[in-house]
Amino acid sequence: MANMQQNKTPMPLLSIEKRCTTFEEVALGYSAEDAVNEAKRCLNCKNSPCKTGCPVGIDIPEFISQVAEGNFEEAYNVILKSNCLSAISGRVCPQERQCEKHCVRGIKGESVGIGRLERFVSDYMRAKKKVFPRNDKTGKRVAVVGSGPAGLTCAGELLAEGYNVTLFEAFHKAGGVLIYGIPEFRLPKKIVEETVNSLKERGLNLVTNVVIGKTLTIDDLFEEGYEAVFIGSGAGLPMFMNIPGEDLIGVLSANEYLTRNNLMKAYLDDYDTPAVKGKKIAVVGAGNVAMDAARSAVRLGAEEVSIIYRRGEDEIPARAEEVEHAKEEGVIFRLLTSPEEIIGDESSRVKAIKCYRTELGEPDASGRRSPVKIEGSQFEIEVDTVIMALGTSPNPLIKNTTPGLDSDKRGRIVTSDGITTTREGVFAGGDAVTGAATVILAMGAGKEGARKIKEYLEKK
Amino acid sequence: MFEIIEKKFLNPTVVKMTVNAPLVAKKIKPGQFIILVAHEKGERVPFTVADFDREKGHVTVIYQIVGATTMLLSEMNEGDCLSDFAGPLGNPTKLEGVKRAVVIGGGLGCAIAYPQAKALSNNGCEVDIIAGFKNRDLVILEEEMKAVSNNLYITTDDGSYGEKGLVTDKLRLLASKKKYDLVIAIGPVIMMKFCEMAAREFDLPIIVSLNPMMIDGTGMCGGCRVRVGGEVKFACVDGPDFDGHLVDFDSLMKRNRSYAEEEQKGVAKHKCRIGRTEP
Repeated sequence: MANMQQNKTPMPLLSIEKRCTTFEEVALGYSAEDAVNEAKRCLNCKNSPCKTGCPVGIDIPEFISQVAEGNFEEAYNVILKSNCLSAISGRVCPQERQCEKHCVRGIKGESVGIGRLERFVSDYMRAKKKVFPRNDKTGKRVAVVGSGPAGLTCAGELLAEGYNVTLFEAFHKAGGVLIYGIPEFRLPKKIVEETVNSLKERGLNLVTNVVIGKTLTIDDLFEEGYEAVFIGSGAGLPMFMNIPGEDLIGVLSANEYLTRNNLMKAYLDDYDTPAVKGKKIAVVGAGNVAMDAARSAVRLGAEEVSIIYRRGEDEIPARAEEVEHAKEEGVIFRLLTSPEEIIGDESSRVKAIKCYRTELGEPDASGRRSPVKIEGSQFEIEVDTVIMALGTSPNPLIKNTTPGLDSDKRGRIVTSDGITTTREGVFAGGDAVTGAATVILAMGAGKEGARKIKEYLEKK
Repeated sequence: MFEIIEKKFLNPTVVKMTVNAPLVAKKIKPGQFIILVAHEKGERVPFTVADFDREKGHVTVIYQIVGATTMLLSEMNEGDCLSDFAGPLGNPTKLEGVKRAVVIGGGLGCAIAYPQAKALSNNGCEVDIIAGFKNRDLVILEEEMKAVSNNLYITTDDGSYGEKGLVTDKLRLLASKKKYDLVIAIGPVIMMKFCEMAAREFDLPIIVSLNPMMIDGTGMCGGCRVRVGGEVKFACVDGPDFDGHLVDFDSLMKRNRSYAEEEQKGVAKHKCRIGRTEP
């Protein structure tokens, strides 16, 4: 008989007071007892609707029933068949819009905490440090470009299939957005490092400081004997609003703000990169990146942090849990509000942001109700820092230096099936193809990329 | 790890450093830059290339000691290793087809102007160089610049060496006598701004090389954004060279001050560590 408890087993959290002073992880994770209790809420539905919501196709009811039995290692093996980065996806997936959205228990009460269970099982196995065997039976070399979620997943899957894989990273550290973008309090960097190290133990050749498209081109890779290439170079240039005042001192992109803290560890005193420490901060946008920036600002000692978003509560694109945590941490949500101008003082530093109010009109191309300006509703908010979290456009370095690799007018790599590019032997996935999306969609693309590469190399 | 092959002070605050980085050396061209990280906890700092040797696999940068990182770098020696060195980044300067050019370097800007003059000269272009410095003690690369130019004109603010005056005075004088097909100006933003004005008077095209603040240098952080022809451009992927007639120099000068305060704090932090025997 299933556990008919209406709500999810609560996730233990770091106290709110503590959160404002440290970058430590907020969600502390289930105990074994919590996990078994939560797993028993699963009805093990025959048609398992949850599976349809998983971008990497994890056999969710099967792993959960193993957890319910206390067979945590077995549960991990079930997940591993579909996802080699579950300690990461268990933390950062928007489960409420994927697997958990389809959970039957969600009709009356809360869905099963699938993400929390995935995280528990992965953390349980992290502590056990399982070593995987090396396998290079094919003897074929594949180059993977970019060590973010798409690249890491693709590399992991290819290693398992017996390919000799080299992973190229432009930065000095591997992990892509998992290292430079997502903050420590949501995804400890130790977990990303462990993931990279486990791939290295399985034979991955990681090369940092090499910018594909610059240091080496895709053509150079083929000349060096790689037989296929996967491009997971991610999203690139941050977007700005093109409103007056964006050149002022104190206006920066969320990418810059987060990179300083996460990749360069500016928040720690013994690192050289300076942190941006404003007192009154406005973050424009309401996606996960905006939440990450706002919550980082709280931890860096800001007195007042607001999210400025032109649509309403229901349209907020960020993960529900991040919005909830941001509110708990005192972030002010100024919804139905849109910036019009950033105002500077005599020394060109930001002193205020001028906004207008909006109301929601007809749905736009994105399917969301579009904001309409309310005339005469302008008002100013006193701030010293404005962080733009409006999304990104793809990085142009590879498309500019790879003949035969087509991209669309927004700079995204063109594919025939989501993965196969216009250049033979070159496959791509993640934000480089879709434009800015989620970690798990990139992981799904990395996995599919590995499958396509295997298919291609077996035929070749 | 990237070994320092040669280190030399060109004047009391300017250092020339050659680093072993074969992959970068193989591809880098004048106008492009590299990003280096001095040590595990260091910052990513961009430097435009000053010279390279493809056969030996060496890349040379020249920097002025201004912040914590350049101070730390200046304390490293031949045989020491930089933890990271990535590039080439940015676009090479477009030098093809230029027949007669005037290359202007202001102070440290000469370090970047030199490889461009060298490449032009190797292409058979007639090259005049105007190199401006505050005073005699700060003159760098005189022999090198002389070797790659038809005429080298050195100006100093106080007249202690070469001609007394500004590079723009010399540019106006030369442009009134000779027909150049390109001006390249590299130096402090204020100098490039005035060179642009002078070039405009003579209806000459001008390329400037910008060096705004950046973190990653690969088209991700957006810190290096500049306004060019009314549009937002990124020095790391769209530059660092731009058409000088289109650059909004005033907003660039403002933005370059963004981290001046923090940089000074960094210097203070670094200084106070020197000579301390306890951690």
